[in-house]
Amino acid sequence: MIAFLLAQTIAITGGTVYPVSGPKLEHATVLIQNGRVAAVGPNVTIPADATRIDATGKWVTPGFIDGGTQMGLVEISRVGGTREMYLQGDTIAASFNVAEGINPASTLIPVTRMEGITTVLAAPQGHLISGQAVLIDLDGATIEQMLVKSPIGVVANFDENAKDEGGGSRAGVAERLRRVFNDALEYARRRADYNRGAMQPLSASAADLEALLPVLRGQLPLIAVANRRSDIETVLRFGREFRLKVILAGAQEGWEIAEAIARAGVPVLVEPLDNIPSYDALGVRYENAAVLARAGVKVALLETDTHNARNLRQQAGNAVSYGMTWEQALRAVTLSPAEVFGVADRYGALDVGKVANVVVWSGDPFEFSTGVEHVIIRGREVPLRSRQTELFERYKTLPPKY
Amino acid sequence: MRHAMLGVLFIAVLGCASGGARPAQRPAPAPSPAAATPAPSQAPAQTRASAESSSVDRAQYPSTYQRHPNPPVLIRNATIMTAAGQEIPNGSILFRDGRIVAVGATVQAPPDALVVDGTGKFVTPGLIDDHSHLGVYAAPGTEAESDGNEATNPVTAEVWAEHSFWPQDPQIPLAIAGGITTIQALPGSANLIGGRSAILKLIPARTVQEMKFPGAHYGLKMACGENPKGVYRSRGPSTRMGNMAGYRSAFIQAEQYRQRWDKWRKDHQGDPPARDLRLESLAEVLRGNIFVQMHCYRADEMAQMMDLAHEFGFHIRSFHHAVESYKIADLLARENVSVSVWADWWGFKEEAMDGVQQNAALNQQAGGRPLIHSDSPSGIQRLNQEAGKAMNAGIRAGIPITRDQAIRWVTANPAWALGLDSIVGTLEPGKMADVVVWSGDPFSVYSKALQVYNDGWLLYDRNDPKHQPRTDFELGQVPAPGTDR
Repeated sequence: MIAFLLAQTIAITGGTVYPVSGPKLEHATVLIQNGRVAAVGPNVTIPADATRIDATGKWVTPGFIDGGTQMGLVEISRVGGTREMYLQGDTIAASFNVAEGINPASTLIPVTRMEGITTVLAAPQGHLISGQAVLIDLDGATIEQMLVKSPIGVVANFDENAKDEGGGSRAGVAERLRRVFNDALEYARRRADYNRGAMQPLSASAADLEALLPVLRGQLPLIAVANRRSDIETVLRFGREFRLKVILAGAQEGWEIAEAIARAGVPVLVEPLDNIPSYDALGVRYENAAVLARAGVKVALLETDTHNARNLRQQAGNAVSYGMTWEQALRAVTLSPAEVFGVADRYGALDVGKVANVVVWSGDPFEFSTGVEHVIIRGREVPLRSRQTELFERYKTLPPKY
Repeated sequence: MRHAMLGVLFIAVLGCASGGARPAQRPAPAPSPAAATPAPSQAPAQTRASAESSSVDRAQYPSTYQRHPNPPVLIRNATIMTAAGQEIPNGSILFRDGRIVAVGATVQAPPDALVVDGTGKFVTPGLIDDHSHLGVYAAPGTEAESDGNEATNPVTAEVWAEHSFWPQDPQIPLAIAGGITTIQALPGSANLIGGRSAILKLIPARTVQEMKFPGAHYGLKMACGENPKGVYRSRGPSTRMGNMAGYRSAFIQAEQYRQRWDKWRKDHQGDPPARDLRLESLAEVLRGNIFVQMHCYRADEMAQMMDLAHEFGFHIRSFHHAVESYKIADLLARENVSVSVWADWWGFKEEAMDGVQQNAALNQQAGGRPLIHSDSPSGIQRLNQEAGKAMNAGIRAGIPITRDQAIRWVTANPAWALGLDSIVGTLEPGKMADVVVWSGDPFSVYSKALQVYNDGWLLYDRNDPKHQPRTDFELGQVPAPGTDR
């Protein structure tokens, strides 16, 4: 159950509403009560005590969801004391859940949410298995208040960066991951033997093997990072072999095998503005998201620069430039990530009963000329202030005001 | 993924992303003669042979750039953003032999001109990125292509970026497709003084010499703050005061070197002084022939660097990154120092914590000369978008940035920072025909460069694979756009 703070009754009236789950509604009202969407449509009765937001001429959408951040897990990238996303020394860190590393007071949170990003994945990094990613709303004084769902999935790396811990070969990465998965299954079958010390040593700690069991039972997604086509194929092979629920992340050469990914029913997290060739993905290109979507793959768009998660809007606009439809792109930053992360019953669309994460924009959310006018998270309007707006206010006329 | 959110850990990005703020309390001192900034309209160094001032009379790694022959081109019915004060709806532009001939509401097409219908399109000058590591940190990004930081000594003024530059970097065609026509390829920021920059026409070429912008001044990359003191922690400098002592020691030697050579050139008494590559570059800075391009983040540190420049009588042409430049925008404007900034990067290190999206706009408001740079092979592909973001961030905050000012952030202003503003950066008769045709308003997220003319040469055409240059590197291993592997 998520926490609702100071839930208000808010009526956003007269705007063009994009529920995402259905067609856009002109001159419609979004009514918010008790932290949830209470009504959406052209003829909504507005309670007398409602705070009214006149959205005439404005666009109203669900809050955007960025599935590619370390929000709350990093304050200053180069300052080790502010980084929490990497568990040192544990190649298989499946039991490492990042939630308690999250800093609800991070300055990145207001910077991000005031631009319409209301929900993000906070993901661990590094190793063969990085740990457990969690989904958070960008409001709340405590970790508990921010959490939407924990865990969302276990992050595993099949890309070039995993090789160091895979013995220096992609085949080594696959072999070690396969051994860990098999050991986890063996551990589950013979727990009593394990506890008696009647088993050969396993390839990971009991806690990590235990944490993999929901993944191996298909209850929890494996968030698999892979970019080269052959690595993506390895991920798909693992998915079949262990009957996993897979979320593919990165997937830079995914466009080359879009049909195979679609057939496997695997959703993909893609950063549209990736196109710098590396030996991990010489085929990386801007059209990736569009080609995947056209093939029927469920695509969620990312901005992976945590400090600039706000640029998810720009990522989406560029996805449109390179072939996605505008509607596909909007879905790919709202309802699709909610579905991929298993929270679409509560998030991603403006449907009655869903958590009221709502943004009022001055126009097309992907355009630079568009500003954010109101951000509502869990039914509470959050102030459009951040450390950056305070710096601006201090220095907008010189000499500064101390 | 650019930031490898689920992958890589932190790599100290010394490609450059790393810098100073005590608002100066005194008026700018009168610049010494050597510090005099070349007038904005002054022709570049074509007329200033290196022989007049440097240690050698021979040409050093001269440009072999040659204009590609082309028919005249008339683009008509387009919105022409001149970056010189005008936005002309339904306008036309004619260029011939690499030069802009006419820009206006009606321009007559000569009979031999190729006529391009620009209905619904926008035309701007070719974009200029004054902070790139293309070619020196080439893709695919392996150790073998990591040629941007000679991190073996805090002062390496003797190295030249052109001697690292790889013309087959597959990032080059990507930048061309983003409308870039000129870059400054810089050494990285590991060192206090990193070496000479290369000012290049962004064209397919076999050698860097073919790309060298004829007559352009060299830049000298310098860096303050976290990067150099971090790289040299064990041997020094390990502090900001150590950084400062390092620059001062180097320029004290350069002053002596310059005096020795100036004296010998005057009297020719005895043997010429021994040549020193490091001091040669620094002496040219003191003579005003090489422009200082200084990586610096913090406002207080930029103020220190301007005092350093005063101490030795040179001028800083641009502070790069300059994340805190808005805090001293008045001082920077008074000193005639441009600021090369991002639209919104911040937070990747402590000296970058105070970034605001209105940085460029606030510098504009203060009468300064902001420009948007990339420092990124990804960002260089959409400098227009970054300018659009920064313009709108200013406007939304109540700073009345005009479209002409914002297009200058990626054209005329970087041209000034490179000393090329009399040659490129605006659409005016007589300027070099570096011209981009955009699918729509270049400040829109949805607009793309359709055609890129470099010195009149149609180098890139989004709708014609014959005009989509590919590097050797890409052949047979990177699938061409629109093809399967």
